[in-house]
Amino acid sequence: MKNILAILQKELRGYFVSPIAYVVLTVFLVISGYFFYQIVSIFVERSMMMMMQSQQFGGPPPAMDVPSLVSRNFFGVVSTVILFMLPMITMATFADEKRRGTIELLLTSPITNVQVILGKFLAAVTFFLIMLLPTLLYYIFVYAYSSPRMSFGPILSGYLGLLLLGAALISLGIFISTLTENQIVAASVTFGAFLILWVIDLSARSGGTVVQEIVSYLSILNHFEDFSKGVVDTASLVVYGSFIFLGLFLTYRSMESLRWRQ
Amino acid sequence: MIEVDQLTKRYGSVKAIENVSFRVEKGEILGFLGPNGAGKTTTMRILTCFLPATEGTARVAGYDVFNQPMEVKRRIGYLPENPPVYNEMTVDTYLDFVAKIKGVDSTNRKARIEEVKNRVSVQEYSKTLIKNLSKGYKQRLGIAQALVHDPEVLILDEPTIGLDPNQISEVRQLIKSLAGNHTIILSTHILPEVSMTCQRVVIIAKGKIAAVDTPENLIRQLQGSDRIYLEAKGPEPTVTSQISQIDGVLRVESHRLDGDEAFSYSVETEFKKDVRGKIAKKIVESGCDLLELRTMSMSLEEVFLQLTTKEEEVRDR
Repeated sequence: MKNILAILQKELRGYFVSPIAYVVLTVFLVISGYFFYQIVSIFVERSMMMMMQSQQFGGPPPAMDVPSLVSRNFFGVVSTVILFMLPMITMATFADEKRRGTIELLLTSPITNVQVILGKFLAAVTFFLIMLLPTLLYYIFVYAYSSPRMSFGPILSGYLGLLLLGAALISLGIFISTLTENQIVAASVTFGAFLILWVIDLSARSGGTVVQEIVSYLSILNHFEDFSKGVVDTASLVVYGSFIFLGLFLTYRSMESLRWRQ
Repeated sequence: MIEVDQLTKRYGSVKAIENVSFRVEKGEILGFLGPNGAGKTTTMRILTCFLPATEGTARVAGYDVFNQPMEVKRRIGYLPENPPVYNEMTVDTYLDFVAKIKGVDSTNRKARIEEVKNRVSVQEYSKTLIKNLSKGYKQRLGIAQALVHDPEVLILDEPTIGLDPNQISEVRQLIKSLAGNHTIILSTHILPEVSMTCQRVVIIAKGKIAAVDTPENLIRQLQGSDRIYLEAKGPEPTVTSQISQIDGVLRVESHRLDGDEAFSYSVETEFKKDVRGKIAKKIVESGCDLLELRTMSMSLEEVFLQLTTKEEEVRDR
């Protein structure tokens, strides 16, 4: 545990002394802020139009849950934006250690590979959380102006979903980082892999064959939708858990084979 | 302290090292000498559990490097060829990180860090970012890193590479001062370094051990004869014949010196038989001018060349 903490601390410090962390944070907040503004204004406009329509034709205004529509769409956008951001967080994890030769320090120190991997993984997830944290501010505004007050359930489940989705993608990104010494290569391949996951998800949604059903059941992006609607399904938790485990397991195997490949 | 037995490492079909065996006693400094690509780094990486060997065993402080790597890693301080430093850290945070992962407990971590900083004289750079340190200081930090958990065994891969002459002698002094408390293996392809710092030498060439001995013994064994260098002005045949008559002289070779009537001679004599006086006398008596006369001792460099080129000849045949 002490060793995991030591690695985690070192990795987090590494993030915040490099410009990449600040670039990623800034770009993410600018993009997510812009989309949040757009989404809110679209739904506010729409609800006003519906109110006007109902006044013209008489009858009660139709019910419209703006906060939940906003959060559902916003989570959808964020889950896509992180596909572009996370490769930059994971690209250096192992590639840079290999390039600088510091991997020799880690592998000749009395710590296990599992400790190294968990330390790095938890550091990346922590950074991801720090990235998400400011977006909570947006919901404070929604809460303040919503009537009746919006419910917190879907927001919490949405963040839980984002966290799980992010962790799953991070585990894949870290694995890819063990395969090369070059950060750019690691980032590109990771981004490519994320896009493939995305394309698979899209193609699985379009049809209803058995294969597509199975694929959509396994797609980690598909499971995220439930979370953004406020549904926390055990099946989804299992899918995310398995994906994270698989990513970290592959990382472990790759790190072991590093010694034999040298 | 360190026992290496019949170690072989293959990369595909290429043998990096073959049947390497040697022992290092407690408190000893062993020099690992060989040209680039001889297998020094490979051997060291096996000893530090970074690489697995294809065949053979190695034990450090009684623990097998393959079966008990954690125990071995706890007892080894390792400086790879490039110091494994993180440029964006300061010296203090870096040493703190290394101390943590090397298992130095929190109560004496601070004290250990201060001690190694003093040891390698980097205290005044405690708060400096490593990327702003010179190559020499990075190298020192690399040694500090290897020392921080006070390991029984130190393995240093080319510790003086890339340093300026002042820094080299400082690092050598530092290594010497560490002997006794630590068992040290250091690799180098610089010969004087070995005779200056090491008690015993392993000469490795093309992945095989060519010789294991003290530097003095190696020189003595291979020497067998002494050599004298002299320059004289006068007819070459006369001088040669005069010198050849002296008792104890084995062989005389001569070379014409540029733009002069003078010749240089290389005289091989029986071991430990000083004939310099007789040579001088003979030359002067024969009417020639003696310009220079001195003994030539065989350097480790020549021993090394002899050993490693012998290997070559066997291969060519």
